[in-house]
Amino acid sequence: MSAKDVLILAIESSCDETAASVVKNGRTILSNIISSQIALHTLYGGVVPEIASRKHIEKINQVVEEALTEADVTLEDLDAVGVTYGPGLVGALLVGVAEAKAISYAKKLPLIGVHHIEGHVSANYIEHPDLKPPFMCLIVSGGHTHLVIVKDYGEFEILGRTRDDAAGEAFDKVARAIGLGYPGGPKIDKVSKEGNPNAIVFPKAKLEDPYDFSFSGVKSAVLNHINRCKMQGEEICEADIAASFQKAVVDTLVEKAVKAAKEHHMDKLAIAGGVASNSALRQAMKEACEREHIRFYYPSPIFCTDNAAMIGVAAYYEYKKGVRHGWDLNAVPNLKLGER
Amino acid sequence: MKILALDSSGLVASVAVVEDDQLLAEYTVNYKKTHSQTLLPMLDEIAKMIELDLETIDAIAVAAGPGSFTGLRIGSATAKGLGLALKKPLIPVPTVDALAYNLYDSTGVICPMMDARRKQVYTGIYRFADHELVTVSRQKAIAVEELIRELNALGEAVIFLGDGVTVYQEMLKENMQVPYSFAPAHLNKQRAGAVGALAEKYYREGKTVTAAEHQPEYLRVSQAERERAEREAGKK
Repeated sequence: MSAKDVLILAIESSCDETAASVVKNGRTILSNIISSQIALHTLYGGVVPEIASRKHIEKINQVVEEALTEADVTLEDLDAVGVTYGPGLVGALLVGVAEAKAISYAKKLPLIGVHHIEGHVSANYIEHPDLKPPFMCLIVSGGHTHLVIVKDYGEFEILGRTRDDAAGEAFDKVARAIGLGYPGGPKIDKVSKEGNPNAIVFPKAKLEDPYDFSFSGVKSAVLNHINRCKMQGEEICEADIAASFQKAVVDTLVEKAVKAAKEHHMDKLAIAGGVASNSALRQAMKEACEREHIRFYYPSPIFCTDNAAMIGVAAYYEYKKGVRHGWDLNAVPNLKLGER
Repeated sequence: MKILALDSSGLVASVAVVEDDQLLAEYTVNYKKTHSQTLLPMLDEIAKMIELDLETIDAIAVAAGPGSFTGLRIGSATAKGLGLALKKPLIPVPTVDALAYNLYDSTGVICPMMDARRKQVYTGIYRFADHELVTVSRQKAIAVEELIRELNALGEAVIFLGDGVTVYQEMLKENMQVPYSFAPAHLNKQRAGAVGALAEKYYREGKTVTAAEHQPEYLRVSQAERERAEREAGKK
């Protein structure tokens, strides 16, 4: 490693993954350790904040140590510590924030608080060395749905957001309704492959703002469809419902993202967040972008889910800009994108 | 032996450095700011004041519970991060034991109580014998009424302390049948100095854990687990 290399240890604990990573020069991932709690929360049909927080404190040191070992670096080699400080579950965030602060304090390293969504966007830089702002980005996860112009590293113009449920949240709720269980995204993706996406036409929300989203309508339509079938004694085809629901959501996401890219003269479009690993979304977005001569970027599934590598990448660009946080850095559960 | 001690288990945030039976520094704040914002700046402040080189400490002591779940985790994650970075062991000190240690060598029984919500307190019953802290009743979460019955049955004078006193003072006044008193302001809340002093003793006894091993002792399962257990029990 050359003397000029910038090494950042990043920590992420905003929801149900305890994660740590070492990132070199903002683009090279030396390690990416994720301890997932999904199995624990499956019993409850969703993430239980107190259980998540308890698991984070149990795993955090192990995960950080593994990240350092796998990257073959010591704390002495590091240039900074980055950590997700919002948005997310406050109790969960606090574990990562307190850990990161203590490590950077003890080793006299700069501390950089990172916005979780900025991390998701930055996940695209990992495997695409050519990708640089500006570009259009659609962020879709269990907690967020945003359509943004990435004007520069860490600089966003928000064009649209969800008015109600996040896209991933709608997947979870529909998965529960058709008995697929938690987490809904991957399960719907899988079962949809055996269903007919044109079997049922679920309505798409019409909103005044062309870039805003709404998913509670399509979710309700699915629930109503199931109830009606049950009352009329009709057989319910889970695969068809899943595929048709998925198509309704994917069509909306693709349509709005591509329209936004065209209208803002962006020749690059990226997707980010947990739902970005949905195979139907990737396929549809790819086809639409090809039609419109837009270059399409998406991270591998491992970088779509919550991870610390993406936080390390985002922290690097903040580090270059001179962003530093104090020892009083707090967790901010409802941190807005672009806020510091 | 030099010990850095942290307590963020209740309303108070407190940081101390104890070296060979001497308290080098202690910073205690009982104010509405969150521990996440106060704890590390407080440590930074005292470290500067006493020119502390963190590498010279032998262990990090932390009030390990019970207490506010979030408060405990802020203290624990801070201790774990420091332990990882400095490669030092942790000394988890039971919160209620450390509170009792505030009243070293007092006569009668000592009863710390922290408000645990749901009409309960985190409490324990202690006394000093031959200059040693003796546990009469281990730290636990119980209803205040039950604690009062236990203390009345013991038939000895009681000193109360902790943030639960403020909440349950009237109930104690009405129902205590043995002589009792309330510890004064400088002794009645968590003090990292007491955590550190007790930790010195634990350190000599070899009661340390690795930073990776440590996790708080909540004395309670989460609400979701409790409700799930109740539902399961209801089915049977």
